[in-house]
Amino acid sequence: MSLALDNKTSTAQLLLNKLSSISGKNEIIGFEEMGAAIQYLEEKGIPTNKDEEYKYCNIDAVFRKEFKNIENDFSVITALPKLDDCINVYIHNGNFNSAEVHSEKVVISDLKTAAISHKEIIQKHFCKYINRSLTAATALNSAFTNNGLFIYVPKSVVSQKPICIHYLASNTGEAMIHPRLLIVAEANTELNFIEKYYGYENGKCFATTTQEIIVGDNAKVNHYRVQAENVNAYSVSSIDVQQGADSVYNCNTFIFGGALVRNNHHITLNGKNGESHLNGLLIANDTNLIDNHTLIDHAVANCNSNELYKGIANDKATAVFNGKIMVRRDAQKTNAYQSSKNILMSDDATVNTKPQLEIFADDVKCSHGTSTGKVDEEALFYLKARGIGDTSARRLLLQAFAQELIDKIEIESLQEEVLDLFEGSLK
Amino acid sequence: MITIKNLHANIEGKEILKGINLEIKAGEVHAIMGPNGSGKSTLSSVLAGRTDYEVTEGEVWFNGKNLLDLSAEDRAREGLFLAFQYPIEIPGVSNVNFLKTAINEIREYKGQEAMEAKDFLALVKEKQKLVELDGKLTNRSVNEGFSGGEKKRNEIFQMAMLNPKFAILDETDSGLDIDALRIVANGVNTLKTKENAFLVITHYQRLLDYIVPDFVHVLYNGKIVKSGPKELALELEEKGYDDIKKQFDLA
Repeated sequence: MSLALDNKTSTAQLLLNKLSSISGKNEIIGFEEMGAAIQYLEEKGIPTNKDEEYKYCNIDAVFRKEFKNIENDFSVITALPKLDDCINVYIHNGNFNSAEVHSEKVVISDLKTAAISHKEIIQKHFCKYINRSLTAATALNSAFTNNGLFIYVPKSVVSQKPICIHYLASNTGEAMIHPRLLIVAEANTELNFIEKYYGYENGKCFATTTQEIIVGDNAKVNHYRVQAENVNAYSVSSIDVQQGADSVYNCNTFIFGGALVRNNHHITLNGKNGESHLNGLLIANDTNLIDNHTLIDHAVANCNSNELYKGIANDKATAVFNGKIMVRRDAQKTNAYQSSKNILMSDDATVNTKPQLEIFADDVKCSHGTSTGKVDEEALFYLKARGIGDTSARRLLLQAFAQELIDKIEIESLQEEVLDLFEGSLK
Repeated sequence: MITIKNLHANIEGKEILKGINLEIKAGEVHAIMGPNGSGKSTLSSVLAGRTDYEVTEGEVWFNGKNLLDLSAEDRAREGLFLAFQYPIEIPGVSNVNFLKTAINEIREYKGQEAMEAKDFLALVKEKQKLVELDGKLTNRSVNEGFSGGEKKRNEIFQMAMLNPKFAILDETDSGLDIDALRIVANGVNTLKTKENAFLVITHYQRLLDYIVPDFVHVLYNGKIVKSGPKELALELEEKGYDDIKKQFDLA
């Protein structure tokens, strides 16, 4: 990586100058972490598409847009969305707003409060993993996040109700927001949580969503992300997951829109017999750019990982999948599988997929597969030959393509919503 | 029912059909036989509306409509059915959902209301008995993991569900064991009425023991070179296609 090009630094400098006058700098973390984040920005700047990791995703252009940090105003929210049979939690303009009252033995709070009430946990985990490999987005987030969300599942607690986090925004103009999430699921716990991102109606919004998720030994975390954003949304999510021994982390991501959606999903399997399943389904319409970057780091032996990403690209949209699997020298008996399948619906749509395997152990099973093509013409003709019209026939085939990912949702109310969103996003 | 006049068709610039003439009336069963490469499957594909073929000359009238002007789906909605030689597997689309969509799109085309769910299920039950298709198969994805025989029976099951006016069976017998052949033929014979018609395309005479045709046509080199009663099939079985080839290659 060669990030120190002059024009990049100048973008970062531009941003720092722009942001430094704003109140509400990160008050949660110590000046040390914040300093490191700012220093990173000053030194490395913003990556351009000359940088391998951002080859297909021109993030520099987004940073150069006139986004500003914004103040909070909860009063503007009138109707709160809800997902049935869940504990609904609200994040407004990147900051914790409120959570429904619940009887679970799970702590749901804002990070500022948690910094006092759960000081040791915060000190142990907050910023610790993200800071190991800062990026422009995470550095900005660490520098400027105000008050994010903290979810804590104490040892041996099995959370019954899923937690649904709704990300709301009510900005006008062009806002930059810094949603932050720290989830700590201690040993022998179970947690189901959902994130729902909505479109921004009034103004453009750039989000530097940054998350640290700690899955303790023998813990199971089911994570769902539903990103149904619109043409006003520019979003870079950085999700860092640390897994202990015998732990399971499942993440099902559904992306149905956004001008630019970039997800950096970084899993580290730190304990033996850990298991990770990452699945993704996306529909990219119009000129959307939807980019899933995953990195699964098999740091120790006997772990399993599995990835399945499917994309449908319409119009002039671009879908990107970049999946890296790292198998460290000691990670013998690793099983790692990865598959990316894409359907191009128009001649102007683009799909870029890049599997990357870096294997340093000698007794492992790793495989990857990728396919990109058009809707199966033979299947299409078969359906038409039975009287099904072109539009319905294509929809049937696309639904069939997506079904196995929608079927992975274990929460009924969410499955219905995702199915509706999926059908609504088909052209 | 259907009138084919001087039909010529190309694929990738190569002429396959070189002037087919055929008239099939309601209540009739016609068989088309012929050696490999004679144009049998091209004829069925052109009639069903596959777009990779180019019709260069001729016309096809189907119940008063110019068939060649219609899209594949509209041909099906008008009552034409093709039982595929190689039925397609469509993972993720259930047989039931597929047929429900097809029936309702056909009904919509005819200005009819969508079929009630319970009527649809009753129809499924009735028709799957006809081809001895396991109920479990109807809930599975279209043809996915079906044996060769199951796929062909599924074609006849779909035909029974859609109740077409004119059905083309494209080498439905190829690769079938005698039991499956009997089931398929029994399905066809049960569905046969005075109002509908069948075109049975086959390489072998065997199927015609079970589905007895009113007329047999021999297709060779893109043309119907010989037509006759059902006995013609037996004659072909006995002598093979060599005589036909000799006769028409010389001509």
